[in-house]
Amino acid sequence: MKQFLYFIRKEFYHLLRDRRTLFILFGMPITQILIFGFALTNEVKNSAIAILDNSKDEATAAIIHQLEASQYFDLLLNINSNAELESTFQQGKIRMAVVFPEQFQRSLLHNNLAQVQLIADATDPNVANTLTTYATSIIMDYQQSLSNGIPIPLMVNTEMRMLYNPQMKGSYNFVPGVMAMVLMLVGAMMTSISIVREKELGTMEVILVSPIVPMRIIIAKMIPYLILSMVNIASILLLSVYALDVPIRGSLVLLVAECFLFTLTALALGLLISSVSGSQQVAMLISLMGLFLPTIMFSGFMFPVENMPIPLQVLSNLVPAKWFYYIVKDVMIKGTGLKTVWMETLILAGMLVVLLTVSIRKFKVRLE
Amino acid sequence: MRTLRFLLEKEFRQIFRDPAILRLIFIMPAIQLLVLPLAADYEVKNISISVVDQDRSSYSRQLVEKISASSYFELVNYTSSYTQALEDVEDDKADVVLQIPSSFERELVREGKGELFMALNAINGVKANLGGVYLRSIINDFNQDIRLTWVQPPRQNLQPQIQVTSLNWFNPLLNYQYFMVPGILVILVTLVGSFLSALNIVKEKEIGTIEQINVTPIRKYQFILGKLIPFWILGLVVLTIGMILARLFYGIIPEGSLFTIYIFAAVYLLSVLGLGLLISTYTETQQQAMLISFFIIMIFILLGGLYTSIDSMPEWARISTKFNPVAYFIEVMRMVVLKGSTLYDIRFHLLTVAGFGIFLNSWAVLSYKKRN
Repeated sequence: MKQFLYFIRKEFYHLLRDRRTLFILFGMPITQILIFGFALTNEVKNSAIAILDNSKDEATAAIIHQLEASQYFDLLLNINSNAELESTFQQGKIRMAVVFPEQFQRSLLHNNLAQVQLIADATDPNVANTLTTYATSIIMDYQQSLSNGIPIPLMVNTEMRMLYNPQMKGSYNFVPGVMAMVLMLVGAMMTSISIVREKELGTMEVILVSPIVPMRIIIAKMIPYLILSMVNIASILLLSVYALDVPIRGSLVLLVAECFLFTLTALALGLLISSVSGSQQVAMLISLMGLFLPTIMFSGFMFPVENMPIPLQVLSNLVPAKWFYYIVKDVMIKGTGLKTVWMETLILAGMLVVLLTVSIRKFKVRLE
Repeated sequence: MRTLRFLLEKEFRQIFRDPAILRLIFIMPAIQLLVLPLAADYEVKNISISVVDQDRSSYSRQLVEKISASSYFELVNYTSSYTQALEDVEDDKADVVLQIPSSFERELVREGKGELFMALNAINGVKANLGGVYLRSIINDFNQDIRLTWVQPPRQNLQPQIQVTSLNWFNPLLNYQYFMVPGILVILVTLVGSFLSALNIVKEKEIGTIEQINVTPIRKYQFILGKLIPFWILGLVVLTIGMILARLFYGIIPEGSLFTIYIFAAVYLLSVLGLGLLISTYTETQQQAMLISFFIIMIFILLGGLYTSIDSMPEWARISTKFNPVAYFIEVMRMVVLKGSTLYDIRFHLLTVAGFGIFLNSWAVLSYKKRN
């Protein structure tokens, strides 16, 4: 037991000696929370649009004014011809163009019918869709204002209520995602590197010939990163509660316990990676490309899992981060208890057991 | 010149000697490019809805039919208990609850006014918002249908009406993959370029072989060039593989010229590699180099407009993208591939990224010391 404690101490020295690494490991979750919290949003606003006004009358002026006043649109560029329109799009200056035909107001007043054309840059389909919807509703509002006072028969009113997140803050969605990302990264990448480095530098040999049981070597390697992850969880939770106003509605104890479980899974994954890779570079590339991107993509916090093709949906079940993301969302934001997340918890625990068994079997006590 | 040739030979031998690295360089990006765009579909569809029908009238059934016929919604539960529907939301089975109160039809017909109630799971705000808009438009349609059965439509338009038609240029089918694939390709080229170059010099430091190079008469710029050129070529090879895969699997054929893409990529890679070299001159171990480059690249990627639009970011974040090479390349790729922009259209992007490259590389050369 005393030997074991010395080993843990050695690992701590390794970790604490490297200030730059330590700085990044602690700085990463904080930066991510801040970037996601304050810079990234899925909302569409401030989009640059151009106006091709062939009519130039009061009605078009009124509509243009309303578009300009909305927070969704920005910087109205006036264009004079269709040819100019295309080149403005190609230079990436605008996201949408509004085209008014000649004699817009006249046909609106005399025939009670006028047309507007919206041309969206559909390079980003999502933005194109959203902008078209917003612009249409602004124009419809204007149309409504023209016919004010005429009652509409048989009106269905719909009342809307936003559950869990009435202010529709983006942070409710991504805080669980960032937690999954950071824990995965610190756990899997750092442990795998720290084991493979000993192999690469040749110090593993020295450790393996010592009388300590191999299993304990591994556990000693994991403990510092486990503690580091817990510190990171604390800083993420503190930041999200006090800087981003994301509540913790469920039980804090359950939340921390689930984080602990997920961190263990990540550590086990790191162990597995270390046993299949021979150099630090390979271990890094595997953990980055093989873990980081899939964690972002398949956990569901950036892209909805239900939109993916069926084979990928099945595949996404193998990504531990997906289950963890569900759990955190439920416990932290919906405020539900173990009653709703027991299945996800069991799946994570199952993954942990499988990963640990495989990686311990694969761990080589002898170097070739 | 001869020295440089020998150095290059050494680097290439080192790269090709390690099959694991080689596999990772070529196969991983390929797999990612094939799988990830399929996953990155941001369009909001397949919204699960739980309907609480307390009216059970012909109108309420008509509305429910209309909702389940729409391609956006999937009816997961049809019940008369509101609590049960809320439980569906709690268990993540439903995203939206629509409640039709018990006297809906009677009030609509007698008093000319009906009330519906909608509750949305707003943890994902965008999905909730769009779900609400879609459901509203279905309800409006339904409303219109009912109105037509009771009120004869006037022959001529009594109210002024504006018809809005919309066109989607450059991607008329609104294919999300056309948007994501060029972006993901940029990320892969960036990852390969920056990590490998950052790790390379540091590895020589960590293992100690850099001492041997330092005692030879190799000049600083030769050493740096010897490290740059192999990864520059590798980066372009990864890009080529990516372009071929994008064509074969997603049918993405650039609207603009390949020449424009390669010119930009060649210049872009110089700045990414410069960043990698700079990191490696300031770090001691591979672990440090890895983490620091990962940290920087992560910020570049997140703020680079791959997933979320730069326009929507707050002022300070938008200004920061002016110093973000990844943001320039993502934008250029999308412009050239989808809109057919020419070299002339992207000239400012090209010059800026060239500027980054010169700045980072000269910094790297200046700060690399042969002596400790």
